[in-house]
Amino acid sequence: MLVATSLFFIGCGNNGGKEQKKGGVLGSNVAEKVYVAPGEHDEFYAFVSGGFSGQLAVYGLPSGRLFKVIPVFSVDAEKAWGFNEETKPMLNTSHGFIPWDDAHHPDISQTAGELDGRYVYINGNNTPRIAKIDLTTFETTEIIEIPNSAGNHSSSYVTENTEYVVAGTRFGVPVPQRDISIKEYKGNFKGALSFLKVDPEDGGMEIDFQILMPGFDYDKAHPGRGNSHGWFFFTTYNSEEANTLLEVNASQNDKDFIAAVNWQMIAEYVKNGGGKKMPANYAHNVYDEHTHQATSTMKKEVLVVNPAEVPGAIYFLPTPKSPHGCDVDPSGEYIVGSGKLSADVTVHSFSKMVKAIEEKKFSGEAYGIPIIDFEAVNAGSVKQAGLGPLHTEFDNEGNAYTTFFISSEVVKWKLGTWEVVDRKPTYYSVGHLMIPGGNSRKPFGKYLLAMNKITKDRYLPTGPEVTQSAQLYDISGEKMELLLDFPTVGEPHYAAGCPADLIKPRSRKIFKLEENKHPYAVTNEMDARVERKGNEVHVYMTMIRSHFAPDNIEGVKEGDKVYFHVTNLEQDYDVPHGISMIGANTSELLIMPGQTETFVWEPKQVGVWPFYCTDFCSALHQEMQGYVRVSPKDSPIKLSWSLDGE
Amino acid sequence: MTKHRILMIFGSLLLLLLFIFPLWNITLEAPQYPTPLGMDIYIGKFEDMHPHDIKNINLMNHYVGMKYIPETIPEFKIFPPVIIVMGILGVLIGFKANYKWYLRWFVLMTLLGIAGMYDFYLWEHNYGHNLDPKAIMKFTNPDGSIMGFQPPLFGSKDILNFRAHSYPRLGAFGMFVGMFLTFIAYLVGKKNQKVNYK
Repeated sequence: MLVATSLFFIGCGNNGGKEQKKGGVLGSNVAEKVYVAPGEHDEFYAFVSGGFSGQLAVYGLPSGRLFKVIPVFSVDAEKAWGFNEETKPMLNTSHGFIPWDDAHHPDISQTAGELDGRYVYINGNNTPRIAKIDLTTFETTEIIEIPNSAGNHSSSYVTENTEYVVAGTRFGVPVPQRDISIKEYKGNFKGALSFLKVDPEDGGMEIDFQILMPGFDYDKAHPGRGNSHGWFFFTTYNSEEANTLLEVNASQNDKDFIAAVNWQMIAEYVKNGGGKKMPANYAHNVYDEHTHQATSTMKKEVLVVNPAEVPGAIYFLPTPKSPHGCDVDPSGEYIVGSGKLSADVTVHSFSKMVKAIEEKKFSGEAYGIPIIDFEAVNAGSVKQAGLGPLHTEFDNEGNAYTTFFISSEVVKWKLGTWEVVDRKPTYYSVGHLMIPGGNSRKPFGKYLLAMNKITKDRYLPTGPEVTQSAQLYDISGEKMELLLDFPTVGEPHYAAGCPADLIKPRSRKIFKLEENKHPYAVTNEMDARVERKGNEVHVYMTMIRSHFAPDNIEGVKEGDKVYFHVTNLEQDYDVPHGISMIGANTSELLIMPGQTETFVWEPKQVGVWPFYCTDFCSALHQEMQGYVRVSPKDSPIKLSWSLDGE
Repeated sequence: MTKHRILMIFGSLLLLLLFIFPLWNITLEAPQYPTPLGMDIYIGKFEDMHPHDIKNINLMNHYVGMKYIPETIPEFKIFPPVIIVMGILGVLIGFKANYKWYLRWFVLMTLLGIAGMYDFYLWEHNYGHNLDPKAIMKFTNPDGSIMGFQPPLFGSKDILNFRAHSYPRLGAFGMFVGMFLTFIAYLVGKKNQKVNYK
């Protein structure tokens, strides 16, 4: 009977497909469009940042199913991120260990202007950092701190061939930092735009140069592409250079700027010995997939460039009312600046900009940087499209989609004619939107994901704090269609989407034991052992279905510092094991096949204390346990341990 | 050179494919192994079908008390020289001997093959039935006897949550075709002989 019913439904759905287009909303088969049958895979990955959660969540589209939360800037007890000895250095900064940040703008690496699915770069806003996530392991493998920066917000966008990742400062700060009155902001504070050179082999980052711009707030950014490749565009607000009550004082100028930066020119200048090195102090943290350990190195110098040293490299494009989003269309011709206090979306033309520069059509300058005449660079604007335009992404058919925060809607408009084609409400207060590849030369214009800051009544209430959400629209037709509404982890600030086929085949299944170079790894159960060095006890432990070796340890004493270095000897897909020890002041370890991780336990009480496997690993998971005997400090008991049940 | 001699030499040489390709394969399928576990059996070694398959088969089998698949077995020392000797012998016969020797070679090879299969069966039987008395899980047949986990000698069979497949692979097919050719060589040789008498 059940089978018959479901067949009936499937039959119905298939027939409904054609009729639905004629029948409109009432004949809709929306559920079918987001239904991914059990065992089937989604068509796209969506990497949705967690905003104040500091993490990056991995969803499937169109289903909206959550697969993983990748810990980036915030500690994560579930995965021991920032808790085990191996990953603690990843969260090191010039301010010491920082267990949290505000993760904003994931961007997928590109080759020839198209997504290549190798890495995701993402910025930490609060204590300025850029992280790299390796999409073979879906783990954060590098975090670099950005000196001379604060509120690292116009970040972490990649250039067309991932030559650079960009990190722009939102706050002007004294450079170098010093004890100075805040009232002396104007002219004394700088806005550093950092260009991080990317190693084409491993995606590794180093700061190539920082441009010390005037102390405006650099809000958002995007690289040029196609003809405009070699340029980077940054929106600015607070060109008033106010330092107090910015909501009023930074909203006085009728126009702020989009800064157009010819990074190729400056990179060339730097390559030929330009710029000057200044003392700095910032952390560069790298996780090695073979040692399964991170190292943190403090860097002591950074190369800075004063815009005046490279004339012709930087221009200001006047843009109305504190522009926020700064988006470049797939052709690279149009630069869209969304004046967030305006009703219009302003679009500049790259070719007009080049011409205006040639003809020197300038309306003034700011700190020596030429301001191009508005009319000479403006391509047009989308008039009265909504209230509070924020961000724009593009499809592959010449359409742009802009979010409007105040009027809570997504508006579709045409590039070139600037006419509004469609608008759909969002629930509520949409910030960013994402179209897979929507900021590359090759967008995949099938779905649009809108990310909302507020949900109010949209879901079952959960007390004063309710979830934020993402909403999926079908944009394959002339009109947009809302398909799905799903809750998210933290604040879904921004996202990057990618066809699953670019990433899926390269996803790692296990770490190879023979490639494990962890200094405390034990790759053979017979080598498991316990060693004492003063009051440090090092347990070289292995785990495999379904036991630990050693699993009985005696001779540990009060006041000892016990390091459990645990290697998962499994070499099968999806067989992690976990471990935790009663009273350990840290998280569990969750160890993937072939990996080694370490936690520290400082026993404070005499007795016999158990540990066990924390991840349901096998039919005998409950048997996967052991004991450590803790004796008084002056006890003569020598270290001993059991292997193989003896 | 006559046709039957070429067939005999070529047929004997096909045996040497056993040094390159596996003789046999055992594959285990279960829903939670979307990529099945498999072991290729060569004349001189066991090998993973996918990386770490043998280790993972061992890990699973230890629950029911089966021994680990050994790194090597005595047969791996015997099989390669036997195949080399038979190959050389076949080639020499092809060059020098009377066609009647083709049949003798074929019969000897068939006997060796049967012996090999019987030996394989014994090993499999021991592997599937010689269980650790401290096995974590013990299963009994409906008649109360201890359940064995012997993979099929040839064919497919359900073993608890797995479906086991046991089939020859390219090396074995090379050997079968080679032996078949030597038999054809014998028939052709015999026919030629009769023609010559006439």
